[in-house]
Amino acid sequence: MAGGIGSGPGKSARTYAGFGVTLILPAWLVIGIFLVVPIGIMLVYSFLTKEFRGGVIWEFSLAAYDQFFFDRGLFGDDPPKIEWTYILIFWRSIWQAGLATLLSLLIGFPTAWFIATRPASTRTIWLFLITVPYWVNLLIRTISMKFLIRDNGPLNTWLLETGVISEPIHLINTWVAVQLGLFYSYLPFMVLPIYAAVERYNFALSEAAADLYASRFVTLTQIIIPVVKPGIIAGCILVFVPSLGSFLAPDLLGGAKNFMIGSLIDEQFKGAAGNWPFGAAAAMILLSMVLIVLIFYARSQNRQEGA
Amino acid sequence: MNPLLRTGASALALTLMATLAQAEGKLSIYHWFEYIPQEILDKFAAEYDVEVTMDTYDSNEALLASLKAGRLGQYDVAVPGDYMVEIMAGEGMLDTFSRDEMPNFDNILPQWLDVSFDPGRQSSVPYQWGSTSFSVNRDVYSGDIDTTDIIFDPPEELRGRINVLDTAGETLTLASLHLGIPQCTTDREQLQALNDLVQGAKQHWASFGSDVAKDVLVSGDAAAGMIWNGFGMKAREEGANLEYAYPEEGYIVWMDNVVLLKDAPNRENAIKFMNFLLEPENAAAVTNYARYTAGVDGVAPFLDVAVKSAPELNPPEGGNPVFVQPCSEEVQKVYDTIWTNLKK
Repeated sequence: MAGGIGSGPGKSARTYAGFGVTLILPAWLVIGIFLVVPIGIMLVYSFLTKEFRGGVIWEFSLAAYDQFFFDRGLFGDDPPKIEWTYILIFWRSIWQAGLATLLSLLIGFPTAWFIATRPASTRTIWLFLITVPYWVNLLIRTISMKFLIRDNGPLNTWLLETGVISEPIHLINTWVAVQLGLFYSYLPFMVLPIYAAVERYNFALSEAAADLYASRFVTLTQIIIPVVKPGIIAGCILVFVPSLGSFLAPDLLGGAKNFMIGSLIDEQFKGAAGNWPFGAAAAMILLSMVLIVLIFYARSQNRQEGA
Repeated sequence: MNPLLRTGASALALTLMATLAQAEGKLSIYHWFEYIPQEILDKFAAEYDVEVTMDTYDSNEALLASLKAGRLGQYDVAVPGDYMVEIMAGEGMLDTFSRDEMPNFDNILPQWLDVSFDPGRQSSVPYQWGSTSFSVNRDVYSGDIDTTDIIFDPPEELRGRINVLDTAGETLTLASLHLGIPQCTTDREQLQALNDLVQGAKQHWASFGSDVAKDVLVSGDAAAGMIWNGFGMKAREEGANLEYAYPEEGYIVWMDNVVLLKDAPNRENAIKFMNFLLEPENAAAVTNYARYTAGVDGVAPFLDVAVKSAPELNPPEGGNPVFVQPCSEEVQKVYDTIWTNLKK
């Protein structure tokens, strides 16, 4: 009977709905207590008056946001102009994180493809090999990178000895070094989601495309990439977001010469500035930017699924 | 009762008792990185049957921030620099003690007894003192190094190979000495000049770093670098051909002090620890490790030969050592802007 078959899944969905709430409760609690509450505190602090040498006075103030957007000169009494300092710092972080994401994608996609097309028995080994370096602490890995690329480090020594270069390549304390650090730190976050997507890819689609005289390039761009796109986007987000806020790589490999968003915020809490409301405001602005990007992504996904 | 169970139960009871006994004697230290030898901590733990734990920070400001963010009441003692003792006392973060609580109090050298940052030594005892200036790799540059030009108007050989400390306080103080302007000046022209000086000098700097200050000099990443004297001595001992400078424009001196924190959970052990560190033998052990200078009388017999004769620890007569001053809120704001502009 049509009605009976139709009501089956509906009934079970209703039955499980109750379980769902119970099962998700721990996650809600953890997210609520350790994520939403701290963000709420940060939001409140960003609108408070700063106390000299750290701390806040419980009086409403827009000073933190004013400092972010308006330049009032060295002594704070010039007529306000647009403040480029923090925009510059944010822009530097964004393009560094963007480039790291692009590099990770260029290296990560073929890697994920390679692993997913191995026989099932060896895939686990390849995946394991990808994660092995990440059992070592990020700080240690970043410092190792520093040892490796310094002017008299193994990389330059080797290149000099083999005659590839005649002068050491100066990498340490440059943006290229920061880039290497970011890219290397977050590469597996790109490989793993793409691998998961490619593994589910139905290779009959590629064969069908070939049968219909599609070139390899067309197969890649018209068939494969659209199908594994969710994995690519997930990978990009997972690499971009932590790169945006990172401060280990800029500090250790970039010589801390220029603030990135992470180190700018860090300075407000740990440095001589001691300007907590400004640190909180900068963090809120960063968070808003990330959320806007994610919302656009979610909406474009919904539209696609709707269409 | 089953014998096995009985043994198990008594073992459990013993463990519990041991844990309780340990819990009675605790000491929680908040200290700079790489500044106290483990042997000294172990020695104190054994002598007084106290379980010692330690967390570390890398700048006076980080210490202040962390205590302000709610960690006061978690630690018994900390080791702030001179001006930070004054600031912390002003913030009400320090507890006081009386002299009779500390038998070794009289070991403190007279010149460190009545200090401006803690008159009469009510909350602090000397830990180590030293200076901040810079070291230069003599393989790279052989000219005169006793001038702040090395950092702010460097000779050709050193350009692009200089590390400066990543703390606004010390770097801007050295810059003020270079310009010959008073610290924490409120004069706008002088502050503008300070801003212009560091802006112009930055092109010659390879990196900003405090905890890496030694490493970059030893590895050769930097050929000159601002550094604390003891750290500079360690760098030289690790094999780099370094010389520590005493610039004629002036250099920074500082004293780190063990302070008794307010709401210390183990006040009694904190006092014992401060007293323990005033013992000449123990103060000397810290000096031998950290390569700074103790503020305690009678350490000489316990010092390493290398420490006694080290140029880093024996400043020339008639130099111009200055303490860093805590600036007013108004000036500190300008300093912050200068620092942010520098690193934007």
